[in-house]
Amino acid sequence: MNDKLYKAILFIAAMVMPIVCGGVVYALVTDAHSAFEHFGFLRFLTSSEWSYTEGAEQYGALPFITGTLMTTALALVFCIPFSLPVALFVGEYFKGTKVASVLGTVTDLLAGIPSIIYGLWGFYTLRPLIMALGISSQGSGILTASVVLAIMIVPYAASLSAEFIKMVPNDLKEGAYSLGATRAEVIRKVVYPVAGSGIFSSYVLAIGRALGETMTVTMLIGNTNNIPESITSTGNSMASIIANQFGEASDLRFSSLIAIGLVLFLITAIINMIGKMMIKRARIS
Amino acid sequence: MKKIFQSVMTLVIAIAMTACGGNTNKENGREPQELSGAGATFPLPFYNVVFEQFGQMKGDFVAYGGIGSGGGVRNLKDKIVDFAGSDAFLSDKEMAEIKIPVIHVPTCMGAVVLAYNLEGVESLNLSGDVIADIFAGEIKMWNDARLVALNPDVTLPEEAIIPVFRSDGSGTTFVFTDYLTKVSPMWKEKYGTGKSVNFPVGQAAKGNPGVAGVIAQTKNAIGYVGSEYAFAQKIPYAQIANQRGELVKPTAASISAAASGEIPADTRCSITNSDAEGAYPISTFTWMIIYKEQCYAGRSKEQAMATLDLLKYILSDEAQTITSEVHYAPLPSKAKELSMKNLKTVTYEGVAVWQ
Repeated sequence: MNDKLYKAILFIAAMVMPIVCGGVVYALVTDAHSAFEHFGFLRFLTSSEWSYTEGAEQYGALPFITGTLMTTALALVFCIPFSLPVALFVGEYFKGTKVASVLGTVTDLLAGIPSIIYGLWGFYTLRPLIMALGISSQGSGILTASVVLAIMIVPYAASLSAEFIKMVPNDLKEGAYSLGATRAEVIRKVVYPVAGSGIFSSYVLAIGRALGETMTVTMLIGNTNNIPESITSTGNSMASIIANQFGEASDLRFSSLIAIGLVLFLITAIINMIGKMMIKRARIS
Repeated sequence: MKKIFQSVMTLVIAIAMTACGGNTNKENGREPQELSGAGATFPLPFYNVVFEQFGQMKGDFVAYGGIGSGGGVRNLKDKIVDFAGSDAFLSDKEMAEIKIPVIHVPTCMGAVVLAYNLEGVESLNLSGDVIADIFAGEIKMWNDARLVALNPDVTLPEEAIIPVFRSDGSGTTFVFTDYLTKVSPMWKEKYGTGKSVNFPVGQAAKGNPGVAGVIAQTKNAIGYVGSEYAFAQKIPYAQIANQRGELVKPTAASISAAASGEIPADTRCSITNSDAEGAYPISTFTWMIIYKEQCYAGRSKEQAMATLDLLKYILSDEAQTITSEVHYAPLPSKAKELSMKNLKTVTYEGVAVWQ
């Protein structure tokens, strides 16, 4: 009896998550429907106009899709030179030592800092620095947001990569050493090929995190609803336009914001799926 | 299981039945209430002080969420607040959308100031058409001939102007663009008035504090914020030429001067670009909006009475003197009289609340 009850409770608890997820998708689709119907699905995705003029409202998601993808891609580029060394340090060079565990913990701590703190740091420290260096006269923009985003995703990429690097079998490495390979050669010829897809997947998961980041990006990106011309110009991201305009939105704009949410949901889901598939492949091999 | 279900249902039915009606008459009329409102951030510093004082006087607690004028109106529409705060009065179309009659009560007057960050410049003069051209991206440099002509005593730098505007929909934007629409045909045609407008240049930040923060942090920036936020951040703000060509600083006197004209019975009017003497041209009322029929969403009569008490207190001389202490301006007596009259029409289940 007890066992049955326990099983039932477990089953119900486990079913809650898929139901919630399905509910989210359902709500997004129903609310986004009128925007897609009004503008057409493809035109909504490819139009760069975001105009509030009453009676002639035009809402297109392209500036925000571009902004999100640009900040994410740049953040990834900036993140690699910081996260990969940490992963190698913790997972290979100083594997199992005290230094490595301290470094690993400190990096993981970065993940626990609330995003508003990163935003404030970016706003009060990085932004004036970018203005002082003359990179951009107004400080805000894609670049500023990306640098802070990069720091935010380092712990996600680094700790997972380190795990995969640790998993590289010792006999493989020893075999290489016995053939006279140097440490650098072992890393290049053995560690990277073996842990490669694992490392790749850890970056994919880091991207997933960068895509949805809202607060930090809103504070630093400049919030202009246009396609950024260069990496120093201002723009807007999908999460940030929703956070900014949701409070005042109604009717068509409300529906368009939900539609952007749906697109963001889909992009994040696809990227996470790719990451999961790569991890699976890494485990099998 | 059945028993629990039954008792839950009884409770639900009981709540539904007692939702409207049921009142206890005590000495001062009612028990202390908890009121909730949401809306404009523009008058928030004033409201914080007033709600606190009202609470001490009557024992009621007022919670106010500064979520933006539009958000407040939507909350009122959804019937989850007792009142909404808004810097923009509802248009006839919006009133029709709500369907149930509402009452606008002006609570104080304020100004939208043009705050700027220019090294070594302590005084800046602007005129309406120049402001419109700056925000339309047509005046790009601080040493533009038209700016220099307005500021003969000031050395303006040869730097690009960085306009800062609101990224969220906002009553402050509405007041500012309402002014620009009145003074610049170009602005009227291209951008118009609204809580959100497609500003072509510059960068945007969320909320009045956000814009003030960006201006304070960015050299050569200029932006529009509620006056209190410029004071709080100690950012300088410009004198603006009014319709008579006088250069006016936003002060309690110059803001009040803007409301010396006619006010309609429902107090819904824009007072930007006033032609009165000494009037600051980007002045505005800020309103609290309530339903005329106060019995909705299970509110008690005491709650309705507390809401009216709050509004009456805000219109009182005692509360109005606070306005200038926190850098707003008191309402003109005409607006107070009209509002008192409007408050008398508020009903609960069809019966006037204030008798």
